[in-house]
Amino acid sequence: MTDTSTPGKKTDWASPQLLAKVAQRQRAEKRFRRLGLSAIVIALAMLATLLFSIAGKGYSAFYQTRLVMDVTFSEAVIDPKGTRNEDDLRAAGYGGIVRDTLRETFPDVKSRKDLRELFALVSKGAPMQLRDMVLDNPDLIGQTVPVDFIAGDDIDMFNKGFIPRDVPEGDRRVKDMEIAWFDQLDAVGAVKMVFNSTFFTSGDSREPELAGIWGAISGSFYTLIVTFLISFPIGVMSAIYLEEFAPQNKFTDLIEVNINNLAAVPSIVFGLLGLALFLNVAHLPRSAPLVGGLTLALMTLPTIIIASRAAIRAVPDSIREAALGLGASKQQTAFHHVLPLSMPGILTGTIIGLSQALGETAPLLMIGMVAFIVDIPGGFTDAATVLPVQIFLWADSPERAFVEKTSGAILVLLGFLIFMNALAVLLRKKFERRW
Amino acid sequence: MSFLPLVLVLLAMCTFGYWYGSRRAMAQTDSSVRRVAVRPHQFGLYVAIWGLVPPVFLIVLWGLFQEFGSSLGPALFDQIRTIVFPVVTLLVAAGGLYVSIQKINPALKVRKTIETAVYGVLILASTLSVLTTVGIVFSLLFETIQFFDKVPLSEFFLGLEWSPQTALRADQVGSSGAFGAIPLFAGTMLITLIAMMVAVPLGLFSAVYMTEYATDRFRAIVKPILEILAGIPTVVYGFFAALTVGVFFRDVGSAIGLDVVSESALAAGVVMGMMIIPFISSLSDDIIMAVPQSLRDGSYGLGATRSETVMKVILPAALPGIVGAVLLAVSRAIGETMIVVMAAGFAANLTANPLEAVTTVTVQIVGLLVGDQEFDSAKTLAAFALALVLFVITLSLNVIALIVVRKYREKYD
Amino acid sequence: MQMLADVTTPEIEDVEAIISAKDVSVFYGDKQALNNVNLDIPANQITSLIGPSGCGKSTFLRCLNRMNDTVFGCRVEGNITLDGQDIYAPEVDEVLLRARVGMVFQKPNPFPKSIYDNVAYGPRIHGLTRDKDELDEVVLTSLEKAGLLKEVKDRLNATGTGLSGGQQQRLCIARALAVQPDIILMDEPCSALDPIATARIEELIEELRENYTIIIVTHSMQQAARISQKTAFFHMGEIVEVGDTEQLFTNPRDDRTQGYITGRFG
Repeated sequence: MTDTSTPGKKTDWASPQLLAKVAQRQRAEKRFRRLGLSAIVIALAMLATLLFSIAGKGYSAFYQTRLVMDVTFSEAVIDPKGTRNEDDLRAAGYGGIVRDTLRETFPDVKSRKDLRELFALVSKGAPMQLRDMVLDNPDLIGQTVPVDFIAGDDIDMFNKGFIPRDVPEGDRRVKDMEIAWFDQLDAVGAVKMVFNSTFFTSGDSREPELAGIWGAISGSFYTLIVTFLISFPIGVMSAIYLEEFAPQNKFTDLIEVNINNLAAVPSIVFGLLGLALFLNVAHLPRSAPLVGGLTLALMTLPTIIIASRAAIRAVPDSIREAALGLGASKQQTAFHHVLPLSMPGILTGTIIGLSQALGETAPLLMIGMVAFIVDIPGGFTDAATVLPVQIFLWADSPERAFVEKTSGAILVLLGFLIFMNALAVLLRKKFERRW
Repeated sequence: MSFLPLVLVLLAMCTFGYWYGSRRAMAQTDSSVRRVAVRPHQFGLYVAIWGLVPPVFLIVLWGLFQEFGSSLGPALFDQIRTIVFPVVTLLVAAGGLYVSIQKINPALKVRKTIETAVYGVLILASTLSVLTTVGIVFSLLFETIQFFDKVPLSEFFLGLEWSPQTALRADQVGSSGAFGAIPLFAGTMLITLIAMMVAVPLGLFSAVYMTEYATDRFRAIVKPILEILAGIPTVVYGFFAALTVGVFFRDVGSAIGLDVVSESALAAGVVMGMMIIPFISSLSDDIIMAVPQSLRDGSYGLGATRSETVMKVILPAALPGIVGAVLLAVSRAIGETMIVVMAAGFAANLTANPLEAVTTVTVQIVGLLVGDQEFDSAKTLAAFALALVLFVITLSLNVIALIVVRKYREKYD
Repeated sequence: MQMLADVTTPEIEDVEAIISAKDVSVFYGDKQALNNVNLDIPANQITSLIGPSGCGKSTFLRCLNRMNDTVFGCRVEGNITLDGQDIYAPEVDEVLLRARVGMVFQKPNPFPKSIYDNVAYGPRIHGLTRDKDELDEVVLTSLEKAGLLKEVKDRLNATGTGLSGGQQQRLCIARALAVQPDIILMDEPCSALDPIATARIEELIEELRENYTIIIVTHSMQQAARISQKTAFFHMGEIVEVGDTEQLFTNPRDDRTQGYITGRFG
């Protein structure tokens, strides 16, 4: 080894020591390369696990078990006076009809305890289901027709295979007796799996089989509208000011540093700001999309400003000079030429900012958008929740069926996010301009 | 008159002003002046601005006044609110319109006025971000000061016991429990540390592979897929951590005879690390790319392998930038809320064992503020004190990181 | 040589100056780009500014319509008058100034809009026309004057960036003409073009001379000699020599000018 460092002597590159050293270095190189690749593979595997575990738990939320039974809409129960008055029809005792139906279908069940189990085969929403049918079509009164009852959540879970038969009876929520009834219905073809429209059309509910995400989607929609209406114009105006007009001074520096730092403030801090400012000082309504949207707008603003500035900066100066050379004022130049040319970039940034806002949960917990809300919000000041918060709420619920609903809601949320990001990518591809 | 109709009437007045101003300007320029420096619609805008700006100014003043004005007595206040204010506002608007319409003549430099108004609006919009920061600082500071009136500073920063929920007798001093925040800080640090142990090696090695080894094709496909990790909402990670990862670690633990709780710091930390991977990898990616090609060429020219070049030349050169990136990631991990709310524990537990449950600052903020709220109870105020600490720490980390990164970039620009 | 003996202020007789610059100095921050430049620009002639790159000729040109105002940290000292009025006086609106003193840039910079909208933009913002018909007329005449009408009249709605380089530059000239300026500043208008396109633009510039005062910055001495009546030679931020083009090229008084035009430096 020492001879390589002696001056005057040439390195013998063919010497066995050096060849061995080179081979060793090449092995180290391969190891290193594999290390890098495995980092990527592990990260991708984590992503895949996450997506598959959620898709696996959630896809069944889009289906629903229905139990078909013949229902007699007895006039004596529904409309004893025979007036077909709508208020009377609405107030009638449909619960009794549901119970009668179940008793008739399973005449052997007698004990009070067993009957209670039996009635739980169908959803607690079954009477409402019958009521809506009658209100829709009063001619049903007096007839006997087959009805698709929404199954109770445990039966639904059992039918979907989440509650296996082979565990001991004490460890599962569906007892042997219920399984026997279910099999009896199944044998006559009275068990159906249908598309779960309830999930997409109703609001929250304590009963998993009746719970839906439409309320949360509406809430998210109203919230995002407010966020967009506030953050887009203000963000674009700030970006134009900073790029086109701002003098180079301390105040401009202050604004720039501020925007960069705001982008890194934890979202929950924005929630506390919203709580202190919009609820305690301005006395806006709690739990309302208006307040949620305002809070998220403050949070989204830095993202939009930063993206818009980049888009504005990408417009070449030759365009500005051309307009100025014709005698356009600086503002005319900015609003007639620079802004329209940078709009695709600005919109892309805005969509990405809004998609972050759509997935945001923590700040909304602070301003009370975490309440249990059954009604579909109809405006900006109605109490509402949003999709991610709905996911948070359901994730906390103990029922097995809510795991499925939570995952289903996550799939819908991810669907929206994919859509928005695809839109942004498309916009960028379509209007990307090379200068 | 309530607020909305007032605004509508104002807008209607200004629309009229715009129309009338344009028409009047049109009529006046009908002479054979060849060169008009403005177009009629600019006169219209001019009139509309005169009709809109003064009343908007009044409305803003009114908004401030409302906060303090109730001390005048409800009857008087109500009269002002329903009669005096709308009438004055509309009169001011009408006055503005009238004056500006009178001023219209072709020599008037309306473009300057319009541009001044627009400029003002642009500055206002940019100032909003500064106001947001001021708002954050003030709203947190105000409640925090109240909190420290009730709980001594030393207890908060040095106390080892955190149990704000234990309400004792109402008349007792310190009636709402113990406020020693050390366990929260320790828990936050533990989870952040775990997250970094996952994210830094994975993110950094991914970035190295992407920049130094991957083909363009591989990069074009894999990079966007990795960035999906950054786009997944945190509530989804929280659900994944709580239901899948937490349970998985518990089962693995019991299989090898370890006692792992399902809300372990490990599960929350690993999932948080997973979320941060693309953050570190894309920042490091940029930073490694910024290392000049000449350094690489120099190293390859001496016969170094790629890995030797990376380890001995590129990473040392990029180190300050990477440190900055890691600091940014730490700041993000500390402020992350949903993952820990859903997957970490709620009870304050001072431990360094990642297999046990710990709680974090953000978990406690959520816990203290969600649900019942009485303002000025020490329990609610504590949330603001915690948030202020969180804000200060993340802000400092961010400022330091930005300075480090900027220094780094200047070196190679 | 005998140059020092008869250094007099070069005058072009019988033409009055439309622009006159006195002791103009320009600073970018601490750096001085122009030092005490004096120059009179005769009306309805072509004046060319020549000199090695970085000599300040473009800077001077951009002073004449206050385009330097848009550069941050740029300070102009001295006095420039247009028809006797100081163009840096506070009451002067630089926007109107630029409408009177149009500009054509080094690289063709059409707006990414239609050919029609490119030309119509100036008349629209300045409110030069009362209605659509008048605007159409202005657009067509401007294109005609710029010698572009024949080539584009069937596709006025096609985008301006789709034209060839030479056509784009003529479009930019048409766009400047549509504002009906008195003076047109041209900053190396042919440097990005091929010889054939250059020839067309030069022809066009000579035609325009009848109605406009033209000041052209060029790095090509042949071009200056071919088209201009008056030439100023800039060197290191100062005017070394100014005079009748023919005289300056055939019999320069300063040996720096001599050196430059014979290709010894620059």
